Amino acid sequence: MKPRVAFFDFASCEGCQLQVANLEETLLDVLALVDVVSFREVMKEHSDDYDIALVEGSIARRMDEERLQEIRKRAKVLIAFGACAHLGGVQRLGNHWSPEENKRIVYDGADPRDIGDGNPFFEQPRHRAVDEVVPVDAFIPGCPVNRDEFARVLVALLTGNKPPIPEYPVCVECKKKENVCLFTVGKVCMGPVTRAGCGAACPTFGNECEACRGYISHPQEQAQADVLVKYGLTPDEILSRKTLFTSRYLEGGRTA
Amino acid sequence: MSEIKIHLEHVTRVEGHGNIVFNARNGAIEQVQWQVSEAPRFFESFVRGRPYHQLSHITSRICGICSIGHALASLKATEAAFGVTISDQTRILRRLAMHAENLQSHILHVGYLVAPDLLGVGSVFPLIQSHPDAVRTVVRLHRLGNEMSDLLCGRTTHPIALVPGGFSAIPSARSLAEMRQKLVDAVPDAASVGQLVLDNAGALPDFTRETEHIALVATDEYAMYDGLIGSTDTGRHPVADYESIVNEFVVRYSTAKFTQHHRNSYMVGALARFNLNSHLLRPLARQWAERFGLQAVCHNPFMNNVAQLVEFLHSLEESVLLIDELLGKGLNPAEAPAKVRAKAGRGIGAVEVPRGLLIHDYTYDDDGLCAKANCVIPTNQNHHNINRDLAAFAPTLLQKPEAEIALNLEMLVRAYDPCISCSTHFLAVRFVQ
Repeated sequence: MKPRVAFFDFASCEGCQLQVANLEETLLDVLALVDVVSFREVMKEHSDDYDIALVEGSIARRMDEERLQEIRKRAKVLIAFGACAHLGGVQRLGNHWSPEENKRIVYDGADPRDIGDGNPFFEQPRHRAVDEVVPVDAFIPGCPVNRDEFARVLVALLTGNKPPIPEYPVCVECKKKENVCLFTVGKVCMGPVTRAGCGAACPTFGNECEACRGYISHPQEQAQADVLVKYGLTPDEILSRKTLFTSRYLEGGRTA
Repeated sequence: MSEIKIHLEHVTRVEGHGNIVFNARNGAIEQVQWQVSEAPRFFESFVRGRPYHQLSHITSRICGICSIGHALASLKATEAAFGVTISDQTRILRRLAMHAENLQSHILHVGYLVAPDLLGVGSVFPLIQSHPDAVRTVVRLHRLGNEMSDLLCGRTTHPIALVPGGFSAIPSARSLAEMRQKLVDAVPDAASVGQLVLDNAGALPDFTRETEHIALVATDEYAMYDGLIGSTDTGRHPVADYESIVNEFVVRYSTAKFTQHHRNSYMVGALARFNLNSHLLRPLARQWAERFGLQAVCHNPFMNNVAQLVEFLHSLEESVLLIDELLGKGLNPAEAPAKVRAKAGRGIGAVEVPRGLLIHDYTYDDDGLCAKANCVIPTNQNHHNINRDLAAFAPTLLQKPEAEIALNLEMLVRAYDPCISCSTHFLAVRFVQ
């Protein structure tokens, strides 16, 4: 029997699930290897009997935690799929304020009783990564995920191998592409500490790396500090300027 | 006593989480309700304090399917706030990027999400066996839209090269010429998908409810990137007046922001654009509209699917012409973005994304840090209209078996191609009759 795969989404833009569709013809090959038994975004059918659960999105409210715990109970393998599931996503920036302040800004004019904790849809939303709520077996980083990497990770899991997620920084891929280092043109780039695997997509198109794939597990902190010093920057400065995806590390704990 | 209770939790084949609740007793509807249970992400709150050059990168993350449109609405708002003028070349490249997204998004919806309803299956997966050629055609067209986004924006989802003032990387003239050829070659594929939908168009319910349609309008083109706000009821309005058009408001018994203009609800999206701008469609697109009998002003929301197909053909034709214009003038692949000097001020950017009118409105401080943001999302503008449609459509279904009622209600919601992750506000309207 083919392994049964299910996709689930929490707070996210669903752009990572879209990358599955964006595999185009390769998707047809993937479908020869697995049975997709649940994928709300594209199919009506649903089954609670699955082996691999791919979870997109950050976990915000109690109702989301409970739904995730159910998925964890049923899945043999649970994969955090994309930056929201892996790190908490850009929306984690909102954790800087209280839920009440966020609600006041966005739902200006609403009756406080309607958007208070008595309404489960609004109960204390704080965005967290999936592994801060349940144990996770593997993660696929990126905002969005790189679709080829997704296919490689899936094949690795199906063949009992370790998911091939790089343990070196974006700079390695950037050098391979012979890009001009963005520090030399006065930009601040997170490439030196960020996990590779995206093909240095942003620097290649003239933009600073925003660390959407999270930090590498063992960054060469001294080498990174040397680069920053050379260009007149401090680690604190780079962290305060570039926190789009890495609030998780600032909030404490640098797992995953 | 006969009782029908339908609760479709997490409607499938739409973007994001929404529920339909339907209760009827003795032939009378007690409740029909479209709910959105998506977790709020608070973009308008957490962009406060972020520097202007990050804004389009943050807000493109509102939506995975229309990330290019969000990035462009965002950049237009930022550029308006700082008084930045973009080059002609930038404007054409941005319009191309919007058409790339329109191609990708519309074929995804019509080919992957709606076609299963027309062919009586639950998803595209069984169609791989039963209609292999059609599926491969849809995949090819979808790949084309994505390749075009890659070429212009550096990535299919969450564009990289779109930056304040212009582009951080510009495709070569050669790669644009190759893309032009692929667009021309795609016309027969697009026609075969058109034919498949036409052959099965009888599966689209014949339901009409008059409502107001709102979209950008321009005098010289089928508006996507620029224009005034047009209404089928009230004519043209400057974008600066958008707040008095969308009228976001909160009702006592609901926590949602609704929008309401001339009537109690309005519709945005491909059908609204068609209704306001059909005379500006390119010839092939117009031909296909005629084949479907689609005529402005059409008040059948299910025809939004057909309008998307018509727009797909329009985007193919328009993109070819835009590339011709770009190459004819001589492309400058080294053009730097226009200079951007941050200053305190407010700017509004409006574009048409696949699902309709999108507006970003930012206020910046002296240092170019965002002080205030408001994003008006197409799907939020449609939620109220969906509810009005459900209330009018549901009574016509009461004689049908329960499964068929459920399918019809789902198809109505799906016709709007809702993008629920985009809609940052919770909605719960109650119609108790």
